[in-house]
Amino acid sequence: MIRFILIQNRAGKTRLAKWYMNFDDDEKQKLIEEVHAVVTVRDAKHTNFVEFRNFKIVYRRYAGLYFCICVDIADNNLAYLEAIHNFVEVLNEYFHNVCELDLVFNFYKAYSVVDEMFLAGEIRETSQTKVLKQLLMLNSLE
Amino acid sequence: MPAVRGDGMRGLAVFISDIRNCKSKEAEVKRINKELANIRSKFKGDKTLDGYQKKKYVCKLLFIFLLGHDIDFGHMEAVNLLSSNKYTEKQIGYLFISVLVNTNSDLIKLIVQSIKNDLGSRNPVHVNLALQCIANIGSKEMADAFGTDIPKLLVSGETMDVVKQSAALCLLRLFRTTQEIIPGGEWTSRIIHLLNDQHMGVVTAACSLIEALVKKNPDEYKGCVSLAVSRLSRIVTASYTDLQDYTYYFVPAPWLSVKLLRLLQHYPPPEDPGVRGRLNECLDTILNKAQEPPKSKKVQHSNAKNAVLFEAISIIIHSDSEPNLLVRACNQLGQFLSHRETNLRYLALETMCLLATSEFSHEAVKKHQETVINALKTERDVSVRQRAVDLLYAMCDRSNAEEIVQEMLNYLETADYSIREEMVLKVAILAEKYAQDYTWYVDVILNLIRIAGDYVSEEVWYRVIQIVVNREDVQGYAAKTVFEALQAPACHENMVKVGGYILGEFGNLIAGDSRSAPVVQFQLLHSKYHLCSAATRALLLTTYIKFINLFPEIKSQIQDVLKSNSNLRSSDAELQQRASEYLHLSVTTTTDVLATVLEEMPPFTEKESSILAVLKKKSGRMSAQEAQREARVQAREGNAAPAAEKAQNAQLKTKSPSNAAFPIPQLNNSTSADLLGLSTPPATQNNTQSNTGVLVDVLGDLYGGGGTNTHNGTSAPATISMSGATDNIKKFVCKNNGVLYENDIIQIGIKSEFRQNLGRVGVFYGNKTSMPLQQLVNCECVEDFNGLPDLSVSFTYGNVPQRLALHLPLSCNKFFEPTDMNGESFFARWKNLKAQKIFKATGPMENASIKTKLLGFGMQLLEGIDPNPENYVCAAIIHTRTQQIGCLLRLEPNRQAEMYRLTIRASKESTAQILADLLAEQF
Repeated sequence: MIRFILIQNRAGKTRLAKWYMNFDDDEKQKLIEEVHAVVTVRDAKHTNFVEFRNFKIVYRRYAGLYFCICVDIADNNLAYLEAIHNFVEVLNEYFHNVCELDLVFNFYKAYSVVDEMFLAGEIRETSQTKVLKQLLMLNSLE
Repeated sequence: MPAVRGDGMRGLAVFISDIRNCKSKEAEVKRINKELANIRSKFKGDKTLDGYQKKKYVCKLLFIFLLGHDIDFGHMEAVNLLSSNKYTEKQIGYLFISVLVNTNSDLIKLIVQSIKNDLGSRNPVHVNLALQCIANIGSKEMADAFGTDIPKLLVSGETMDVVKQSAALCLLRLFRTTQEIIPGGEWTSRIIHLLNDQHMGVVTAACSLIEALVKKNPDEYKGCVSLAVSRLSRIVTASYTDLQDYTYYFVPAPWLSVKLLRLLQHYPPPEDPGVRGRLNECLDTILNKAQEPPKSKKVQHSNAKNAVLFEAISIIIHSDSEPNLLVRACNQLGQFLSHRETNLRYLALETMCLLATSEFSHEAVKKHQETVINALKTERDVSVRQRAVDLLYAMCDRSNAEEIVQEMLNYLETADYSIREEMVLKVAILAEKYAQDYTWYVDVILNLIRIAGDYVSEEVWYRVIQIVVNREDVQGYAAKTVFEALQAPACHENMVKVGGYILGEFGNLIAGDSRSAPVVQFQLLHSKYHLCSAATRALLLTTYIKFINLFPEIKSQIQDVLKSNSNLRSSDAELQQRASEYLHLSVTTTTDVLATVLEEMPPFTEKESSILAVLKKKSGRMSAQEAQREARVQAREGNAAPAAEKAQNAQLKTKSPSNAAFPIPQLNNSTSADLLGLSTPPATQNNTQSNTGVLVDVLGDLYGGGGTNTHNGTSAPATISMSGATDNIKKFVCKNNGVLYENDIIQIGIKSEFRQNLGRVGVFYGNKTSMPLQQLVNCECVEDFNGLPDLSVSFTYGNVPQRLALHLPLSCNKFFEPTDMNGESFFARWKNLKAQKIFKATGPMENASIKTKLLGFGMQLLEGIDPNPENYVCAAIIHTRTQQIGCLLRLEPNRQAEMYRLTIRASKESTAQILADLLAEQF
């Protein structure tokens, strides 16, 4: 299962953090810093997976943003790697060429995109068409 | 798509821009404080705020919180937003609550009613928001409040698909918090049948829920197997145009396929041949597709396809029953080993490790040895090299051990520091496990010390010494080799330790050669002496006294060294003491006494290498349970504070006086105990307790009663024999709780519980002057065993050290699981090996007390099976990590003769005997 999802920029600023386990605030801050330290030192020739405490991080870099998903050791690496990409494609469509600023100014919308695609630490919906249709409908509401 | 940027709340956008424009942290804090003041005044002001304004301010507060600042107001306004009818307002309210709920659990009470209203709403958007919020919070309060509503929503025909998806995962989250929440009975089948749902999104969500339920109760949900297989089959055989919305880069429903395959891994291969055939067809198709030319050059296509492929391989490995599929999987992974994608090479190495453990594919994996060795040399990512090391370790067997060990040694010279220690352990284990010729083993370990001395832990060099001491054929070679190794101008301190020990024991075997004459050996060792730490010097001093016995001709030279000021007046108490004691020993005793005291070490009891345990500890992939086992309780308190140790060696005390003590100069008692694998005591203690831990014993003697620690001014601990406690311990064979030991100072109580092969023993130290202490020992039954683990308790009472030598009441029968059976199957099994004991009754032969004892012993008492109603028959299974041992028992009391005849039959002969001995003492 997914333990948390983090979107960070290269400087380590968190753009989105979704926690599926109960961590206290100090622990969250520590995790954020550790993930940043672990992920940013890796280059394109490295794998997209890093062991992390008793879990692993599956991550992918898009321009200046790192999308990281922390999952259990036995989970399927490639499935989560593509879940990230699927999520990014939805964000891209939803925000019309998404950039970091969209996630800053519309952070509350980004969270609802996450909740459509992931819930309770599991993949909820994978169809981009279905997710976008739902988001479009929600957007039309007052 | 509507333009989402800039819509909504203008004030929020302005505020965020302001924050982004702040040049310094101080400026940011200032701007935030200004905003907080503004919001506070709005919330407190007389003017009632409309929904939009409330939403805007709550959203600003949330933004401030996400920046990392504390928020201490606004919760009520957020709660108010939940009752709004507008989606945008509700959404912000729910978001605020799910983000902040950790820090303010009082919030939960306030929102339960609002969530209830939304759950019951006719508007699916509101229901969905409520479900997402429950899932995000997932607390026990949520489970209590909504545990009954959500299952209904999940299976109701009227619920919309989007809501069902959320309900399934919401239920999963609550189930993780409170397992009782899932209703049983007809619900089981309704939940399973979600796998047949028309909507793939519902199936995707339900699949995760079902997997969690299956983990807890595989039998109840086994109906899901055939449904999952048919669903999988439909996906796998679908063309990518069939599942339009769910096709991702030409791969039909990759995530759902992965989830279904994972679900199936919780079960053995399906028994129904039809289902099994269909599953194998699916796996076959997936393997075939991997060979087809890609439908797209995009990495997304290959990743999605391979995600499914790896999960398929994983289930093939899990079933471990289809040789054909296993070999095909192995060949496929072999191709990936040289793929240009680093991810694929990494995953192939990782997965092959598992294939190497299957008898069907082990040989197929070995074909790739060269590629794997190459990966070790060329991979840029250290984690990939790490997987290559793992795979080499896993594929190693007798046929390729020498080559693999050599390659690992070569790599070690340049290996990353982060993986060196683990590699050293792996090399040491492989060398020991597959050594056909122990000279090779000795060479490997000495090479390890030479190449990576800093990473050679104590366990490794202790082990080489144990093996050399135990194997006569290698002793001469070992002495010669260490002698040569010590001639290097710079050699690692661990080399000096091994060299010192081995020459001290077996230096005489090479003394015939003038190049390694006694005096040469001595001078060589002594040339390193001044460069070594105190612990190593202490070991060398012992080597020297052993030399005095082996080579009387260099006695005076050695005595000079012992006499030298740097030793006799050393600032290190241990060295000073050894120097002076050894000196006196060499001066005052006759050669006969000297020869007896300094005799060669007796062989160590053979046991499984303790290095394995260390390796498990080192590799980060430890299960929580293992981690828990490692946890040790150290207790120290006040006046009579027991600091319990887990040194399982009291019975060896008798050995040392006659045999020469060769103290390993390891001044820390607990680390030296690691030599015996006690660093993971609960896991191994059941089988290690019978091992003679000579080294530890020697230490125990050294620190316990040998008078060697007089320098610190305290007297030796008073060792209280356990003879008084023997009766107490016997009682524990038939019960789990009670008082283990009691005297004027201390009471030690035991509370234990067992499930299958695992047990947990709580040891309560009742200090008669202050609060009791508790220590928890987790243990696992590795195999059947005789005897009891030792428990040695030391503490100080009125400044006098006390030591208690006791046993932990952990006997083999604790790992019984009672088994019910009828007379027919009982007697059908009553034909195995047996152990019989006839013995005299020591107490009254009352039915009630016999029954209580048998039940307490842990077996199922089977009534009405034996034709003679006077007799008792029982059945149970002992769970160990490696096997299950079925046991049957028959107890025949003979009241006239006041005798019992006890017959125990078990699927393992030794077990039957152990149990017969244990139980016979109880009557």
